[in-house]
Amino acid sequence: MENAQPQFRRVVRFVSAADRGFAAIVYAGSAFFGLLIVGLCVELVLGSWPSIVKFGPAFIFSSSWDPVASKFGALPMIFGTVATSLIAIVLAAFIGIMGAVFLADFAPRWLAAPLSFLIELLAAVPSVVYGLWGLFVLAPFMRTAIGPALQKVLGWTPLFSGPIYGVGLLTAGMILALMIVPTVTAIARDVISAIPRDLREASMALGTTKWETATKVVLPAARVGIFGACVLALGRALGETIAVTMVIGNRPEISASLFAPSYTLASVIANEFTEATTSIYISALIELGLILFFVSMIVNAVARLMIWSVRGSERS
Amino acid sequence: MTAGTLDGQLLAADDLSAYYGSRKAVGNVTIAFRRRAVTALIGPSGCGKTTLLRCLNRIHEVGFEARVEGRVLLDGADIYAGGVDPMSIRRRVGMVFQRPNPFPTLSILDNTTACVPRGLKGKDRLDAAERALRAAALWDEVRDKLKSSPLRLSGGQQQRMCIARAIAAEPEVLLMDEPTASLDPIATAVIEELMSTLTKDFTIVAVTHNMQQAARVSNVTAFMLADETGIGRLIECDDTAKLFTKPTDRRTEDYITGRFG
Amino acid sequence: MDSPRYARLGRRRIYGTLGVALALCCAAIAAASLLVILGYVVVKGVGALNWEFLTQLPHPVGVPGGGVGNGIWGTIIIIGIATLMAVPVGLLTGIYLALFGRGVIPESLRFLSDVLSGVPSIAIGLFAYAVLVAPLKHFSGFSASFAFMMLMLPLLVRTSEQAIRSVPQAVREGALALGMSNFRATVGIVLPTAMPAIVTALLLAIARVTGETAPLLFTAFGTQFWESNPNHPMAVLALQVFTYAISPYPSWQAQAWGGALLLILAVLILSLGARYMLGRAAKGLDA
Repeated sequence: MENAQPQFRRVVRFVSAADRGFAAIVYAGSAFFGLLIVGLCVELVLGSWPSIVKFGPAFIFSSSWDPVASKFGALPMIFGTVATSLIAIVLAAFIGIMGAVFLADFAPRWLAAPLSFLIELLAAVPSVVYGLWGLFVLAPFMRTAIGPALQKVLGWTPLFSGPIYGVGLLTAGMILALMIVPTVTAIARDVISAIPRDLREASMALGTTKWETATKVVLPAARVGIFGACVLALGRALGETIAVTMVIGNRPEISASLFAPSYTLASVIANEFTEATTSIYISALIELGLILFFVSMIVNAVARLMIWSVRGSERS
Repeated sequence: MTAGTLDGQLLAADDLSAYYGSRKAVGNVTIAFRRRAVTALIGPSGCGKTTLLRCLNRIHEVGFEARVEGRVLLDGADIYAGGVDPMSIRRRVGMVFQRPNPFPTLSILDNTTACVPRGLKGKDRLDAAERALRAAALWDEVRDKLKSSPLRLSGGQQQRMCIARAIAAEPEVLLMDEPTASLDPIATAVIEELMSTLTKDFTIVAVTHNMQQAARVSNVTAFMLADETGIGRLIECDDTAKLFTKPTDRRTEDYITGRFG
Repeated sequence: MDSPRYARLGRRRIYGTLGVALALCCAAIAAASLLVILGYVVVKGVGALNWEFLTQLPHPVGVPGGGVGNGIWGTIIIIGIATLMAVPVGLLTGIYLALFGRGVIPESLRFLSDVLSGVPSIAIGLFAYAVLVAPLKHFSGFSASFAFMMLMLPLLVRTSEQAIRSVPQAVREGALALGMSNFRATVGIVLPTAMPAIVTALLLAIARVTGETAPLLFTAFGTQFWESNPNHPMAVLALQVFTYAISPYPSWQAQAWGGALLLILAVLILSLGARYMLGRAAKGLDA
């Protein structure tokens, strides 16, 4: 008998001529896709290489950003990026999680749908529009109203001391918060809704109020997914460029006050790349891009791991 | 065990086994299917009858990690031999599925003529569609709406359209996987009648859950059963009349008399 | 009647009500922010919208009038080219992933796609610069299209795969059982069924890049003139809004608001179009 050995089949067999051509195109397209992304990483490393070689690890810890003297240090930008993103995530997490709790467990249907829709729409607003609004509406408001109010109450802390320009860390953080709130709200709401009703009913049967159930029982049960949502939103905030550039003041300095102008990794690239004259300058900027890429990648990976572990393999 | 030898038959399986990964679902089945007759595959759930059917037109291997050992002979040639194009096999061995599966984006006409040989155009295509739809006893019901979507038809009509679609490809064998399982009794009766008339042109192998249907419709019946390890085995295969009145194997008798399954 | 326990319950109820009120406020703040932003854009931008604004070139500073005609034109061309590049690559990769399911290579591609979706757009702009601007020594609309293509790809790939996967297995097997080649079965039968979902994703991807500015800074770069050749620097609406906004000239700032309103309108129309397509996709698979 022929065919004594088992024949392992793949899911798809391409045997006929038309199929072979089809297979070739499909493979080519997919390979190109993969190559694009690998190429992205490679190019970023290649572009930063001169700067990496010249400045080494000191690049990350040095605070001098002096293009004229060809001295480049990323620390102020790292500080600005981290600070604005932290402000953003603190604000967005609070608003987003509270909002998600409301939408998932308390909002009547006629209210939940339009509210959710509006919050989702926040994600669709282009970055430059946020920046425009931040620059001409929020920044003046910060300078005239919010800033002085905060300074009156909390001015004794270094965080809220110093001159109020309107643009600065706090304004940038607030704009960023608005931009990432939809992410937190949408995912948190999904995660909260996915907690089984049994848990809620068991808690209510013990005599807790609905609010206590929502905050002391459901939220802790959903904490992994919610934390994942926050980390994902943080990843988005880290990479945001244009809106931040327009309201952060663009000064490469580290300061304790939230009212002070600052600089982020993305902003400095946006502002200075086309004016970079020397190749080491360009290389330093690309290295900033590389740092940004790495940090985003790690943060996103962590976020996805957390969200997957909660939602199962929802991602097909 | 077989009704006729392997030689000279249009379709036959020789020591055929089917696997899902490492799990053996069908074990060492040897069977010949009589030309221009209806052979029914019966047996309780999980006995491997659908898996066996899907090996006959190489659809089984489309599943993930699904594989086959042994031979299936179509006109004496093994369809699993190296270098054989599964497409060519499936043109000769057609299949109708348990639930009607019309192509959602094509009209009734385009569905029916999806795989006519020689890529006919225009009037020839219409004629081919008419022939197939008449053979499937659906022509009168759809002749005015050939361009409309088949999703508007009833379940029974959709299934008949799928039969027409399979017939239009001019196969030699027609495999039917519980074709009336999702249909009401009237639609079922129409299709059962169809199966008898279709044997004029086609060799039919039909899996059915319904013993009475097998007794009504088939000329030859094959009974399958899963053994202790879950592997589906062919227990008995004989002329329908004989299998249902004087089965050779005790297990066949138990199944037919309703002692299990 | 245990007085303290009742008092505690009452207090807990009050906390509960306050809590819900707080949560409601948070949701309301988020929703209201959108309305506030939209309101400002409409109020401050609608004044700048007129025929001249939509069709004319920018005027030099100090000369009143002028418009963003070249930016609108450039946006259309650049996004058009980006779509032409992104759709085939995205579809083909989606088809590959849907057909080949598990395995090292498919999983790696999915991982890479996820990585790409998290890359900041400015880093993608740097890549486009390194590959298409630096070697050729000039800015171009095409390099911007390249960057946009990369921004659109993850969504297209993921949606194509999901859409093809969700076509019932019976339809694909039915096509194969008739003797169709994989090519015909996938492209002729399965893909058309999956189309509404894919078109939806495409509209959303286009909506996203319409507002994207960062990569444009050193790819398209911008220009004062009409430009239809993608091999030259081109004006893009989002880039013009940015440039005008950070300029010190009130006339330009007013035009920035007008441009912002145009951007928001474009994004809105595309998003609504996507929702409409989503409705059609749901209906298609239901029947």
